[in-house]
Amino acid sequence: MTTRSLSAIAALGMALFAAAAQAETKLVIGLQQEPTSLDPTSDATASIDGMLTQNVYESLTTVAPTGDVLPQLAESWTVSDNGLTYTFKLAQGVKYHDGTDFDSADVLFAFNRAMAEGSTNPSKGYFKPIASVEAPDAQTVVITLKKKDAFFLFNMAQGDASIVAEESVDGNATTPIGTGPFKYDSWTRGDRLTLVKNPDWRGASGVQLDKVEFRFIADPAAAAAAIMSDEIDAYPGFGAPEMLPQFEADPRFSVNVGSTEGEVILAMNNSKPPFDNIEVRRAVSTAIDREEIIEGAMYGVAVPIGSFYPPHGSAYVDLTGAYPHDAAKAKAMFEAAGVAGTTMTLRVPPFAYATRSAEIIQAELAEAGIDAKVENVEWGFWLDEVYKKKNYDMTIIAHTSPNDMGNFARGPDYFYGYNDPKMTALWDSISTEADDAKRAELLKEGQKYLSDQAVHGFLFQLPQISIIKTNVKGFWQSSPVLFQPLAGITVE
Amino acid sequence: MKLPVNLLIGAVLVALVLGAAALSLLWTPHDFTQLNVRNKFAAPDATYWLGTDQLGRDLVSQLTAGARNSMAVALAAVLLGGSIGTALGLLAAAIGGWVEDLVMRIADIGFAFPALLFAIMLAAVFGPSLTNAVLAIAFINIPVFARVARAAANQVWTREYVAAARAAGLNRFAISKDHILPNIAAPVIVQATIEFAVAILAEAALSYLGLGAQPPSPTWGRMLSEAQTLMYQAPQLAVYPGLCIVAAVMGFGLLGDGLRDVTDPRLVRER
Repeated sequence: MTTRSLSAIAALGMALFAAAAQAETKLVIGLQQEPTSLDPTSDATASIDGMLTQNVYESLTTVAPTGDVLPQLAESWTVSDNGLTYTFKLAQGVKYHDGTDFDSADVLFAFNRAMAEGSTNPSKGYFKPIASVEAPDAQTVVITLKKKDAFFLFNMAQGDASIVAEESVDGNATTPIGTGPFKYDSWTRGDRLTLVKNPDWRGASGVQLDKVEFRFIADPAAAAAAIMSDEIDAYPGFGAPEMLPQFEADPRFSVNVGSTEGEVILAMNNSKPPFDNIEVRRAVSTAIDREEIIEGAMYGVAVPIGSFYPPHGSAYVDLTGAYPHDAAKAKAMFEAAGVAGTTMTLRVPPFAYATRSAEIIQAELAEAGIDAKVENVEWGFWLDEVYKKKNYDMTIIAHTSPNDMGNFARGPDYFYGYNDPKMTALWDSISTEADDAKRAELLKEGQKYLSDQAVHGFLFQLPQISIIKTNVKGFWQSSPVLFQPLAGITVE
Repeated sequence: MKLPVNLLIGAVLVALVLGAAALSLLWTPHDFTQLNVRNKFAAPDATYWLGTDQLGRDLVSQLTAGARNSMAVALAAVLLGGSIGTALGLLAAAIGGWVEDLVMRIADIGFAFPALLFAIMLAAVFGPSLTNAVLAIAFINIPVFARVARAAANQVWTREYVAAARAAGLNRFAISKDHILPNIAAPVIVQATIEFAVAILAEAALSYLGLGAQPPSPTWGRMLSEAQTLMYQAPQLAVYPGLCIVAAVMGFGLLGDGLRDVTDPRLVRER
């Protein structure tokens, strides 16, 4: 045998080895909620952010699991001494997935669109403190605030502040175009959404996953079957806590119960009788029994809340005792308010935490003399009728956005139908207070006020129940935000 | 004449299910909507004969109330679908010609739809409720009865007493009402009993999918569906409603078979 043929064999062997090493790494993630649009800058559905924010779309900043703000499209920034002027230096050579260049003009466009009159951005409040956005050159953006905003850099990391391009923005609802580590590949409605790795991303060498597939399986029993049969590698928001012992006993999975920013509330339409009457809302708060709801719907895997602030937050005050459960007292309160014996609808979205809580709340309200009719509706219907048109009496929903007490300062157009100048002023001072201790005091005041006004029935903090194969590493165990960056996830 | 075994077993099972359903109208051991989360998954004892479910509700009360629900849906669906179908079958046989062809071809199209899928579609379009489940199941029953009634009626139309009635000047509709209908009652009743079993299964399937009666009224199908994630810790929650469905479906199925054996003259001769 000649040396030439030997080297040819060696080359062949190398090629085979290389091919094996390049075998595609694919991750399948199960999700409870399928969105109806893929544009996080115009739709409030949390799973849009869960799939696409910081994966397909990027924002100026991003956050770590600890909540610390990190650079993203903005490589660095400086803040003026008065805390009002932010100068961002943008990353160089960044391209959108459709090949167009990213520069300060895109940032200008994205911000002007979100701040525009009649903007459909679901978190318009993030942009309210901004006085002006300027682009002195292609790599620099200067944002000037009207007043200090303690959450500004954190807010700018969210999907609502994704830097979308003028060229592609109109198609983002169905074919999202961003600058992130993954490109949108396909979406089969009712079934799955696929992303593929973006080889041109600035940190692409550190990304292991070649393909990510999201499967939409809302029914926990079906989801459990899919996990058990190895169809799904990770289900980060699992809805059936009663099955945890089963997964814990299985060496293929690691099970974790972490926290989310999701306050689960029994929302009442404050703009509509009878819930415009504070006594009726207080009666509802008295009728519900949180311990029973958590035990029955969540199998004890949740922390009760008495107001609208997560129990793991630093400014938390325990207000769960504000309206002790007392069916007889609630009944008397409903009678005094003249609503005893009436029928109300409880429209619930198709998530296990909501439908299960609804069944228990229905029984608790019945005990207090209120006939609540439970309507289980599809997510698209819920978004349209409940969230957009405010056509509901009561609903159950988890508000998974961080720092979202500002929901109560969104005025009568928000689906709460809650309009209280005192709360609006309070949120104003919370969001402009730069001093941590003072802000915490204000946040406590806000929690107490919301509890006192019994704006909604405050139920529990949504746990982050994740079932992940043991060979998959890098999922966040607790979520300070709606998104889950996939660039750092590895499969062994 | 000796009564067939299937008739006897069927009658006993049906009597049990109907008895439980009827009793639940008057009395259940506990209020079936009464939650007691702190007493969930209780073991069977003197108070809770089969124990309690995941929300601490009494299982016996839930199962008997579920029987009532199941029977009500099946009865309403079979009565509704059966009367429309039988009327159409009688009409087809009485008029004949293109009317008969039209009715039977439409019935054939009805058969071409997978029955349960069609029921799911109706429930999805008109929303999940008890009424819609009844309508959906009734609808899939119409062609079955139309076919049975028409085949039986065509036989009766050839009898001498029908010819006599015609000679006496009775019109087709009067003959259908007075002479045909009583004489096709046996096969229609047999079919109704069998369809009752099918309807119970269809109701269980629809409510399993969340398209039947809505909470808090209990249904076997929904109990089964809710027990799915609990198979690991409380398998009895799936077993009991499952057994109830089996008993009801088998009971009506056997009863229908037995009735046919007794009433069908051909089978009697063979014996």
